[in-house]
Amino acid sequence: MSAGVLHGRALARRFEANPATREPIWMKRLILAIALTFFVLFLFLPLVAVFSEALRKGWLVYLAALVESDALASIQLTILVAVIAVPLNLVFGVIAAWAIAKFDFRGKRLLTTLIDLPFSVSPVVAGLIFLLLFGAQGWFGTWLFEHDIKIVFAVPGIVLATVFVTFPFVARELIPLMEAQGRDEEEAATVLGASGFQTFRRVTLPSIQWGLLYGVILCNARAMGEFGAVSVVSGHIRGATNTMPLHVEILYNEYNFAAAFAVASLLALLALVTLALKTFIEWRAGRVETVDD
Amino acid sequence: MTAATVAILTSPPSLPRIARRVLPGFGLTLGLTLVYLSLVVLIPLSAVFIKAGSLPLGELWNIVSAPRVVASYRLTFGASLLAAAINTVFGFMLAWSLVRYNFPGKRLVDALVDLPFALPTAVAGIALAALYAGNGWIGSLLAPLGLKVAFTPLGVLVALVFIGIPFVVRTVQPVLEELEIELEEAAASLGAQRGQTFRRVLLPLLLPALMTGFALAFARAVGEYGSVIFIAGNIPMVSEITPLIIITKLEQYDFQGATAVAGVMLVFSFAMLLVINLLQAWSAKRTGRGR
Amino acid sequence: MSIQVENISKSFGTFAALYGVSLDFPTGELVALLGPSGCGKTTLLRVIAGLETADAGRVILDGEDASDTHVRERQVGFVFQHYALFRHLTVFENVAFGLRVRPRRNRPSADEISRRVHRLLDLVQMDPLADRFPPQLSGGQRQRIALARALAVEPRVLLLDEPFGALDAQVRKELRRWLRRLHDELHVTSLFVTHDQEEALEVADRVVLMNRGQVEQVGTPAQIYEHPATPFVYGFLGAVNCFRGRVEGAHVRVGEARLPHDGQVDIQGAAVVGFARPHDLQVVTDLAAANGVDAIVSRVHAFGASVRVELDSLEGAADRGEPAHYEVVMPRERAVSLTEGQRVKLVPAQLRVFADQAA
Repeated sequence: MSAGVLHGRALARRFEANPATREPIWMKRLILAIALTFFVLFLFLPLVAVFSEALRKGWLVYLAALVESDALASIQLTILVAVIAVPLNLVFGVIAAWAIAKFDFRGKRLLTTLIDLPFSVSPVVAGLIFLLLFGAQGWFGTWLFEHDIKIVFAVPGIVLATVFVTFPFVARELIPLMEAQGRDEEEAATVLGASGFQTFRRVTLPSIQWGLLYGVILCNARAMGEFGAVSVVSGHIRGATNTMPLHVEILYNEYNFAAAFAVASLLALLALVTLALKTFIEWRAGRVETVDD
Repeated sequence: MTAATVAILTSPPSLPRIARRVLPGFGLTLGLTLVYLSLVVLIPLSAVFIKAGSLPLGELWNIVSAPRVVASYRLTFGASLLAAAINTVFGFMLAWSLVRYNFPGKRLVDALVDLPFALPTAVAGIALAALYAGNGWIGSLLAPLGLKVAFTPLGVLVALVFIGIPFVVRTVQPVLEELEIELEEAAASLGAQRGQTFRRVLLPLLLPALMTGFALAFARAVGEYGSVIFIAGNIPMVSEITPLIIITKLEQYDFQGATAVAGVMLVFSFAMLLVINLLQAWSAKRTGRGR
Repeated sequence: MSIQVENISKSFGTFAALYGVSLDFPTGELVALLGPSGCGKTTLLRVIAGLETADAGRVILDGEDASDTHVRERQVGFVFQHYALFRHLTVFENVAFGLRVRPRRNRPSADEISRRVHRLLDLVQMDPLADRFPPQLSGGQRQRIALARALAVEPRVLLLDEPFGALDAQVRKELRRWLRRLHDELHVTSLFVTHDQEEALEVADRVVLMNRGQVEQVGTPAQIYEHPATPFVYGFLGAVNCFRGRVEGAHVRVGEARLPHDGQVDIQGAAVVGFARPHDLQVVTDLAAANGVDAIVSRVHAFGASVRVELDSLEGAADRGEPAHYEVVMPRERAVSLTEGQRVKLVPAQLRVFADQAA
């Protein structure tokens, strides 16, 4: 009779049927009305606005804005950055989660906090730190200039800033998951003679696959959508160092609203796909959990 | 399980640490974690403090306490506090509705709550600006009331509310889901009215989660840049946020000024991180079942 | 103070938890609702409390129809299986809760609340721990606080859902006796739900045995144990041996053997199932003399004053529909001669017979 096993609609039905947990109908309607109004004003309408503004001047203008060469270049760069940053943080996330979840050591909590650190740093500051390191007046600026290596105001800087802001996504998804799963299964595999890598691949990985995917899609969404940090290090060179969000900004500031919203609508689609995948994974993971019960 | 138990039982009690490490890869994974963390996060971040620290103290103070910068703190922190408060109230209602009620479109609402996490901030920024501008869908409704949202501090507030929504909803929702229904049944069987049960039983149990959500939304709002600049109007002393001050200084090649202000923001971030960790520990303690 | 339920039915989706249950609980008694899990006993308790609304039927408290009374107005004390103590409130505040939430005009003064709470905490022997928080208490202590909290509102009836279910064996026995004494002191009409027959028989004045949403039997513990009304009751209360056969006068023919029965089914040739408790069976080693069922000793558990013997039926017995295993309890001295693998005959003193539904 505990509420723990029920989710979603079944859980709500229980609350609504129970005389001890039910509100008077007028109060329920009031709460729902306020909550949903808030939802529509702040979440739903902005999303609709993106697509509506993008199509305001018709499909032809919309499509033209997307196939324009600077737009295409920004799409390419955005994908390139994500293709580098996401796998890096994926590998790191798995390694860090293994160290933290499967072993006890001093300073574990501090380490977990430090991994989360990029989330609490303003994106603008995140961009700034790479200017301080690799910019013309930065620590390595002179050396880089002498060796003709461009990091800041070039693609490497954008990748670095993106890696920084998306750093925690996979790790923070996996750590609690792997901690909750304990070490019994891995230890059993070790006793049965499996090597470390075999244990990971055959025992750990199957049980964390959904959490891993969850972390990866959120990481990817942020990597493709990051604005503040990338804006600082990009240099805004059209067709060369503009990612999609930066391209949106430039178009918008040039009062080319239809084109700005057209590119923005692609990013909004990405967000919707991300949310759909996320919901699907939650549903899958929820189902696996119930089967295990 | 058995392996670990046997190991613990048979090894001398003075060596529990070693006995626990049955699994391989501890040194390797921890080492890699520390190296990568240092290279990507810790060393770059320390650059801010080293650079800011190289400034004479008086000059540092002059930069971070200049009237225009102070005005930006006031706006950034004020609007962030207010936005977090708004999110705490309405986010709680949203979480409550998602857990306790069934209504058409519930799944969609539940999924879209995370939109601010998934939608690039620049996109959110231009969408909100379009909506709340004088000729936008919402702005045109507010204009006759004399309310101007876009390109005023109110616009900053709107953007910060948007990006903070998931924090409160997603911290409160699981706690609300896991609350034992028996607590409310017990309160009702003892004669408590619904309002009394809410105030005396539910609210105290949800308070840590609500405060954690508030703190998370606040911390995020203070650092927010992308969604704000399009709707804020960015008028110095009026609607200019602190992260924009940093950008402006950078565009004027004032690295020292930018770094000094960034240092202030970082110190604040660390303080919030500490607060949030404490709140989460409190939350876990209060919502976790004892023994 | 009396509780009646009339024709209560309750379904959850397609699952019928209660089906036409009518019961009359007299004032001042301690009654056990006993049955296997899923039998509807907890649902019945929750319907009486008003935590669940019955699909049909009435709940009558003190002669008044309370079916439409909200749980908060029913004045029932409910003790939850996992106690449902308010973690954020001290022991004192937990017990005071029901008094503090009363409408101002009925609310006792602060002094009065304090006096009453301390009196209750004294009663449950928890007064020294008044300032503790629930997570700092042991299971048994939490149970007693949950009880004190329920009693604080001076309930007309006290309802306890598996009150000892979450405790370990030692504490459980202690609290059982304590609850009995407490009830003798207070005489509040009390109902408790349990799946443990020993607990029900030991503690309650009266036992309601339920199965599949219906009442199987109501009676004192002695009545229930000595005179089970249905095969289910017989089977549920303790270990039992059953023999299938046909009625032949005063006997039941089981294979070759003719066993005496209690005459509850006296239709000649009727298919019956006869029950005998482990201590109602004799193990006879003289195979020629006795009129009994063949069996082979498979294990002798000899610890304590009495010996428990497990036996298997002969090969092929299971094919004839006879049970494959038996269990007999006997005094130690009589078991001395038994060895594992030995062939014996089982002779029941008297079989309690019921018409065999399976035949």
